[in-house]
Amino acid sequence: MPERKLMLGNEAIARGLVENGCAVATSYPGTPASEILSAVAAEQKQNRLSMHTQWAINEKVAFEIAYAACITGLRSAVSMKQVGLNVASDPLMSAAYMGVKKGFLIISADDPGPHSSQTEQDSRLMAMMAKIPVLDPDSPAQAKKMIELGYTLSEAFNIPVMIRPTTRVCHARQDVILEEIVFVKNLPDFEKDPLRWAATPKFRFQLHKELEQKLKAIAAHLATAPLLLNPEAKADNAIVVSGVAAAHSKELLKELGLWGKIPLYQVLQPYPLHTEFKNHLLNDYTNILVIEETTGIIEMQLADHAKIKGKLSGMVPVVGELLPEIIEKLICDFCEKEYSPVDLPQVPGKRPTLCAGCPHRASFFAIKKAAPKGIYPSDIGCYTLGLNFGAVDTVLCMGAAIGQAAGFYHAHKNEEKRPDIIATIGDSTFFHAGVPALIDAVVQNVQFVLVILDNRTTAMTGNQPTPASGVGVLDEPLHAVDIAALVKGCGVSYCKTADPYELQDFIKLLKKAVQYSRAKGPAVVIARHPCVLNISPAERKAFAIPVKIAKECDGCGYCVKHFECPALSLNETETKVILDQLLCIECGVCLHICPKNAIIPQKE
Amino acid sequence: MQQIQNQQYVISGVGGQGVLFITRLLAETAILKGLPVFTAETHGMAQRGGIVLSHLKVGNFYSPLIRPFQADGLIALKAEAFEAHKHYLKPDSWAVVNKKQVPRQTKNSSFIAIDANHLAQKIDNFRSINLIMLGFAMAKAGNASNLFCTSQDLEIVLSQRLANNKNFHHTALKAFNTGFSEGRNE
Repeated sequence: MPERKLMLGNEAIARGLVENGCAVATSYPGTPASEILSAVAAEQKQNRLSMHTQWAINEKVAFEIAYAACITGLRSAVSMKQVGLNVASDPLMSAAYMGVKKGFLIISADDPGPHSSQTEQDSRLMAMMAKIPVLDPDSPAQAKKMIELGYTLSEAFNIPVMIRPTTRVCHARQDVILEEIVFVKNLPDFEKDPLRWAATPKFRFQLHKELEQKLKAIAAHLATAPLLLNPEAKADNAIVVSGVAAAHSKELLKELGLWGKIPLYQVLQPYPLHTEFKNHLLNDYTNILVIEETTGIIEMQLADHAKIKGKLSGMVPVVGELLPEIIEKLICDFCEKEYSPVDLPQVPGKRPTLCAGCPHRASFFAIKKAAPKGIYPSDIGCYTLGLNFGAVDTVLCMGAAIGQAAGFYHAHKNEEKRPDIIATIGDSTFFHAGVPALIDAVVQNVQFVLVILDNRTTAMTGNQPTPASGVGVLDEPLHAVDIAALVKGCGVSYCKTADPYELQDFIKLLKKAVQYSRAKGPAVVIARHPCVLNISPAERKAFAIPVKIAKECDGCGYCVKHFECPALSLNETETKVILDQLLCIECGVCLHICPKNAIIPQKE
Repeated sequence: MQQIQNQQYVISGVGGQGVLFITRLLAETAILKGLPVFTAETHGMAQRGGIVLSHLKVGNFYSPLIRPFQADGLIALKAEAFEAHKHYLKPDSWAVVNKKQVPRQTKNSSFIAIDANHLAQKIDNFRSINLIMLGFAMAKAGNASNLFCTSQDLEIVLSQRLANNKNFHHTALKAFNTGFSEGRNE
């Protein structure tokens, strides 16, 4: 009997990659895609596969590494979240023209909702812009199958193929059937062909023409054609679904007793939409409901918009996740079936906050002390939660803390009294997109302080290594790049490293850095302390300082409001602060924050 | 394959409490019983102390998500998580909630409270609230409804998962059984 295993969607994708002989897999972590590469690495270790897996410095570099591998004749894949694809969009557009030699998959995970992203953008639109086919899985099991389908498609037409899972596929678990892993002998063979791999504009025109021909043929490719899920249903109207909306709709149609009544088509390849399918829909049905996330990609390709009920017609919401309860209403309305609306009370949720003992909390507290009226541009990571302390004013995209700091400086520089600017960026984010911006700030002599929140890891996405870690996705030793040396190499003269846990000293250092920046130019402070999720209990014990609340505490709430440690809260009558021993990790930082000195060490 | 009715459960709490761990235990138990299973999980920023929610669907389903008023049961590792997610429950469902005071009984549903924080303190294992709650839920709901698994099934899966970590295995079983006994004794 074949083995059935409980798999996260991302693990199923990873399993699909190794089952199909992927030889090079790269990624940069980002929710909801992060677990794909670590799962590939786990399969690689367990099955002793000869392949290259790596976290790259950013998605663009990850893309280029995997793409080069495919033109040597190895199957390869790059995975990322949807906004990561923006970073990799430059090589994407060009690679579409040049094509592939062996199968190449771009796995771009979307986040309708959004649950953990800046935007709800639809990667399928990027596929459309690049003119490459995209497959849209509805479940972990189908995502795994689509890896095989994708490689076959990529090799049949010499074209990069996108797989577009969404959060509800990536972070769903399902029992998945394991197939055998194909042990492929990897024989790289790069054949020089400069007219293609280094094509000049004249040849690009030719490649573009070829690409259009490929797309026409792919729109007739049988293996990825839409499926009619309930052939027994006959009606004047039909429903077209893709991705996880297909999963919700299948279940709903059965529950609502409509399975035998209205034809349900599942689109596997939303772009290019199959030509014959388009004609069939428009010729044979009066009204067509299209349900997809998050943009109306399928809908856009159906010419007769009068027949289509969807995002363009205003029937299907264009913003937010298409939850099953929303789809239930759509289907009922479309099929003229009675629907009793669900009226849900809005319950205020608990907002996320930095962990107890998080070194970023100490850094933010110090920043507000050192430049109380400053402008605080920040960046993407756990430290975005510095918002809670009023120590984060802007969050745009990876690396933007530094570029925006420069923008604020240039905007204000001719004012008589200009604000101090303190930007924060994580270590991994600094490597990803901060370095060019810092060089630019040096060249333009931007007078600001950059605090690099160096917790020695990529924390938000599950503690992946950074280029400074000296370790890879397989835990193999790698070279480490020193952040201070890199900062100095960017041309920064003032660069200090300190531990934010030493709060008083850290505040003094930041004040000096602010002074320096006002007079001279960019100052960098590297706030170095390991992420508390990434150290062993023994390491934690080594610096543990157990604290208690003294009787002097009058419940003023300063610590709860300005420090927001999950372990500190006011009692029910709001007369005293209580310490939650379950949550406290004994970092001891709070000893320095109470204005009445009422947080004291347990041992005198 | 064993024939059972389709079942849908919601497990919720705040980031860091181990909602994902017990969701996964239940899902693996379903596989042990030869049943198809789906879960949907919260990852990313909400895991930093925000409200997290898992959906668990055992039986013949296509979608990983549970709609409002469809869940057969709810395990809330924090009282506020219960408030945020009780709308998933259907009539005649059950909920076990980690709370200091016993909440009022709501019509057509059985809501049972337990002070799991206190029990965790008693067994000197602050991080085991999730397993105490799971044990308690098994004791309470195992009788009340046609649950897809027994506490013995869960213990088997727990032992399989933690086979390589004897210390953790011992404390995890202890926490699970503490919750289970509490549920039986009440």
